[in-house]
Amino acid sequence: MGLRTLQRDFATWLAAEDHEAAGRLSLVAPEGLSVYLNNYRGQLMGCLTESYPKTQAWIGDSAFLSAAADHVEAVTPHSWTLDDYAEGFPGTLARRYPGDPEVADLARLELALSETFVAPDGDSLSLDAIAHVDWARAQLRLMPSATFLDLTTNAAAIWSAIDGGDVPPAAEILAGPATLLIWRQGFVCCFQELDSNERMLVPLISGGIGFEEVCERLVSLHGSDEGVRLAGELLARWAGAGMLQRGVT
Amino acid sequence: MKQSASFGLGLRKPHYQDFLAGTVPVDFVEVISENFMVAGGRPRDVLRLVRDHYPVALHGVSMSLGSVDGVDRDYLQRLRALVDDVEPMVVSDHLCWTRTDGFNSHDLLPVPYTGEALGVVCDNILQAQDMLGRAMLIENPSTYLAFVGSEMTEWEFLNEICRRTDCGLLLDVNNIHVSAANHHFDAEAYLAGIPFERVRQVHLAGHSQGRELLIDTHDQAVSDPVWALFSAVSKRIDGVAVMIERDDNIPPLHDLLEELAIARSLAKEGVGAWA
Repeated sequence: MGLRTLQRDFATWLAAEDHEAAGRLSLVAPEGLSVYLNNYRGQLMGCLTESYPKTQAWIGDSAFLSAAADHVEAVTPHSWTLDDYAEGFPGTLARRYPGDPEVADLARLELALSETFVAPDGDSLSLDAIAHVDWARAQLRLMPSATFLDLTTNAAAIWSAIDGGDVPPAAEILAGPATLLIWRQGFVCCFQELDSNERMLVPLISGGIGFEEVCERLVSLHGSDEGVRLAGELLARWAGAGMLQRGVT
Repeated sequence: MKQSASFGLGLRKPHYQDFLAGTVPVDFVEVISENFMVAGGRPRDVLRLVRDHYPVALHGVSMSLGSVDGVDRDYLQRLRALVDDVEPMVVSDHLCWTRTDGFNSHDLLPVPYTGEALGVVCDNILQAQDMLGRAMLIENPSTYLAFVGSEMTEWEFLNEICRRTDCGLLLDVNNIHVSAANHHFDAEAYLAGIPFERVRQVHLAGHSQGRELLIDTHDQAVSDPVWALFSAVSKRIDGVAVMIERDDNIPPLHDLLEELAIARSLAKEGVGAWA
């Protein structure tokens, strides 16, 4: 048997527990096949349990492990990094819990936070530094770790309650979809729900936008005085939260 | 004259603070390369800070040197970036394959010891060494299967890899013991066949008794048979980096340092025996 055929048959054994493929491997003794199968499944189950502790806490150990085992059976890993295997699990949960959309939302939030944890570094613009920026020419840009997540449920409140050791609220569908901004301040991952003004402006900032344009858009919506006041308030909020990247003027 | 060995431990999360303080009495630390092949954040920062105190060995699990598909260029480029950042004392991976046709097993799968596989492994090592700009160390695996069509022993395979690629060896003493027990070969014969002048690093670890086979679990202390085998190894090595690998059921740092003290003591006896 050639090496390519051997490796394909071995992979088929692991991915599908295919005994015909295993039988073609020409082994001195077959006992070790189960060791490799256990290792394979154990690695993938370990990845999912480590990646989604709050989802596991929300739906319970038994339901979580059952969903994870189904995912391992249905989805094979492709990336060199085991971390990437966690990516598809929210989709599996969405299909498994169509009537409980907060489960998949909670998993998507956990996934986004773990991706943010190892996202590119950047220096944030501090609140103190705002006074020294030439705001007539300044460009605003989000931290490189910043990402957005749309939710239809109160999964963010459930996440926060579990994280804080509190009793989580009952699941509920939001009156309208919410957008979270997720970013890393230093080594701490943060998220914040965007209000209506931020939902308009923050995606623009992620591509780089002049502060003057921020002011103009707010003025056009809220009038001159209120627009300028809101621009200052939002700038202070964003800088205080460490969402903005330093040195972009 | 024999050179002094160096002694180290794997860098694992429960012990991060000790290593960041720089107070752990070891000569080097080893990290799993893939855990730090990320864009940024806390992992890379920890590694840079630990590097300020200790030389670092990069030990990989995903290069898939036995893969007939070849090595993944994206993987090698990321590893090269880490190598340039950390300037490690050694870069190692396993004699195994993990990937085929886009499927990645995330396990160290066994290679048949055939001429065809030898060609594949050597081509992949040469490509990796070219991309990394340095020689690699290749680790002997623990295996739970042997193939009927194998044409040579594992140690003959390793010898030929070293000859063709000029790589070094990371000799895992526990893996020799585990594979010898699982495949009923003589560990002393294995040692007699190893090109010890190529050995640059030694791993010591614990294993577990499975239903029928020994399993390389890294979740227990080094066993007496492995210490005995290391004693035989220590008589043949020179200036090598020796370390304890522990990946699960991780004990207090003190326990691992006690194991490392045993390794130092046996290595010292080995120097005497060699002299």
